[in-house]
Amino acid sequence: MRWLPFAVTAWLFFVGLYGMVTSRNMIHLIICLAVVQSSTYVLILSVGYRTGAIAPVFADWPVSTPAVDPVVHALALTDIVVGATVTALLLVLTLQIMKADKTIDPDKIQPLRKRK
Amino acid sequence: MNHILPLPVAIPLAVAAFLTAASSVISRRTADWVAITTGAVSVLLCLLVLVRLEEIPVAYWFGGWQPTNGIAFGIAFTVDRFGLVTAANVALLGTASLIFSYHYFDSVGTLFHTLMLVFIGSMVGFCLSGDLFTFFVFFELMGATAFGLTGYKVEESSLSGAINFAVTNSIGAFLMFLGIGLVYGRTGALNMAQIGRSLAMASPDSLLLASFVLIMSGLFIKGSIVPFHFWLSDAHAVAPTPVCVLFSGVMVGLGLFGGARVYWAIFSESLHSQEQALRTVLLFGGIFTALLGGVMCFLQRHLKRLLAFSSISHMGIILVAFSLFDPVGLAGGVIYFLIHGLIKGGLFLCVGILLHRLESVDEFDLRGKGRAVPLSGVVFALGGLLLAGMPPFGLSIGKGLIESAAEKAGYGWTKIAFFFASALTGGAVLRAAGRIFLGLGREKGEEKTGATEQEKPETKGSHGLMLWVTFGPAAALIVLSVLLSASPDLSRHGVKAAAEFQNWRGYGEAVLYGKDQAFRNVQVPPVAKFSPVSGALSTLGAVLFAILSLFLFKLSKKAFKFMDRSTDLPVRALQAVHSGHVAEYIAWIAFGVGAFGVCLAILLQ
Repeated sequence: MRWLPFAVTAWLFFVGLYGMVTSRNMIHLIICLAVVQSSTYVLILSVGYRTGAIAPVFADWPVSTPAVDPVVHALALTDIVVGATVTALLLVLTLQIMKADKTIDPDKIQPLRKRK
Repeated sequence: MNHILPLPVAIPLAVAAFLTAASSVISRRTADWVAITTGAVSVLLCLLVLVRLEEIPVAYWFGGWQPTNGIAFGIAFTVDRFGLVTAANVALLGTASLIFSYHYFDSVGTLFHTLMLVFIGSMVGFCLSGDLFTFFVFFELMGATAFGLTGYKVEESSLSGAINFAVTNSIGAFLMFLGIGLVYGRTGALNMAQIGRSLAMASPDSLLLASFVLIMSGLFIKGSIVPFHFWLSDAHAVAPTPVCVLFSGVMVGLGLFGGARVYWAIFSESLHSQEQALRTVLLFGGIFTALLGGVMCFLQRHLKRLLAFSSISHMGIILVAFSLFDPVGLAGGVIYFLIHGLIKGGLFLCVGILLHRLESVDEFDLRGKGRAVPLSGVVFALGGLLLAGMPPFGLSIGKGLIESAAEKAGYGWTKIAFFFASALTGGAVLRAAGRIFLGLGREKGEEKTGATEQEKPETKGSHGLMLWVTFGPAAALIVLSVLLSASPDLSRHGVKAAAEFQNWRGYGEAVLYGKDQAFRNVQVPPVAKFSPVSGALSTLGAVLFAILSLFLFKLSKKAFKFMDRSTDLPVRALQAVHSGHVAEYIAWIAFGVGAFGVCLAILLQ
């Protein structure tokens, strides 16, 4: 089952991407972006996983006990923080668009329009 | 001297935090002065490190966590000439835009300064990172502040531009993070030097290839290489002018700088045998970007969009320089990146002056009105000529080096593509200068000549000091780009920086074992000789393109009609592709990553 985490990663990535491409609602699109991002957590955590190993806290265990890699946890945490920031920012922007345009359909929101 | 290295990053970040904390207490003017001083201090620190480079260890380990037996435990900043010059350029352009914003956004308080300082600090950190994850975090930080700055004006179009920017670049960051995860799984290391040494023996298998494609795609989205470039014109068109200076001048190029850093520090040895395949893919990507950017640039009437597409085109040229895998070619790319940033910064500030004084950034609206600000017109036109690669100035030196390296690698024909990229981007600026400042050309544009909108002025009222505060930085950047080219050593320094940058073996020994001499004492290849003819030709081409587009309708009605009809379909197709739909951009990214991977898989042996 070594391949399973990689398959989940690929699945999450592509299903999120598909959701974003076909999205008709800005908030849906932002959540799909978060789905794409969660694929990165799965990959990074599976990279550091060791079967039968303990969590990297050695309070009750001898120091030589095999433990899962704590570095990947730090990476995943950092990535989660960044993801939260970007999601919050995107939601704020969407809120402002809703106020100005009264729509959050990505098809109706365009940066520049041709002047008639 | 060692501890000076983190300061150009730490000081802007610390001051930004201070400004936020004190935002209710200090006045707008104080914030201006604090921010400008901080920017200037960062420039000085970068230059100080550059001057005393020989005395400073290559690696700075945070908290004193030195590596043991070639295994890194701590997080490192590393110094090399290319990274430092880029960092200095970031700080310099940042300071120029902060000075320019002295009278900008009268009502914004200090948040703008905070974001700008974090943006500058994160970009400098990106240039100095020697650790793949720190590199990624600075990449993300620079993205997040950039998204905020793009939507700063909170207008309809700036919001959707910021969303397109944030969504596409976040996908880029995820791709890069997946690649980093794979590399970490393979090597168990995050320090770039250690990864490079550990991969040096590896054969290029599918895992290595996948991580290479993922990391590079993420960086190319930032570097706006076709078909990842769509966000750039949307973001530039709507971002505040001082922010555009940093976007076009350095941030976009940092994507390519990052690609070069990752390639030479990590992948260069393991993919060495596959250089031919990589060169083919990247070189064609670069050429295509240069040409498409040039054509799109020429079709715009919205000045910020025009300059944005011109940046895309020049990024294509820089990618070609990197993809030659040759110190002389890379040197050309380094010089090109540096000088292009200064010129583009100056041009964007000129557009900012137009927006402030004449309240428009539309070429046809502004026709003839530019006479009110003649000095800006001179700077703008000079910028156009420099952008076209007028010899003997900066871009012609960079381009000459790239072309001579391309010739050596058997890609001499690239100079034809470069001619069109330079002539079209320079010509578009000259055409706009002619129409705006001299009132030449037709009064009304065809509808198809590009999207535009009425942009609200970013300033209120006119101040006596305004002229010098806004015009000063614009002129200073252009003049500096000219002065730098006057230095006869520019190309020699460039080649030295490039040879050092490509010295992956020395980099590993210096970072992990403290053998700095192995990195610094690199064999510098002779500087290639090149003739100024190609620069002169592209300048002439730019002038010709500008004259034709301004006067063709007068010279011959028939020819004008023919041109109009024959270009109608392709122009409409190009405009349709650059639709502003974020979903389409995402689809293009998916296509681009797939195509990049498939091309490499086919070409690799």
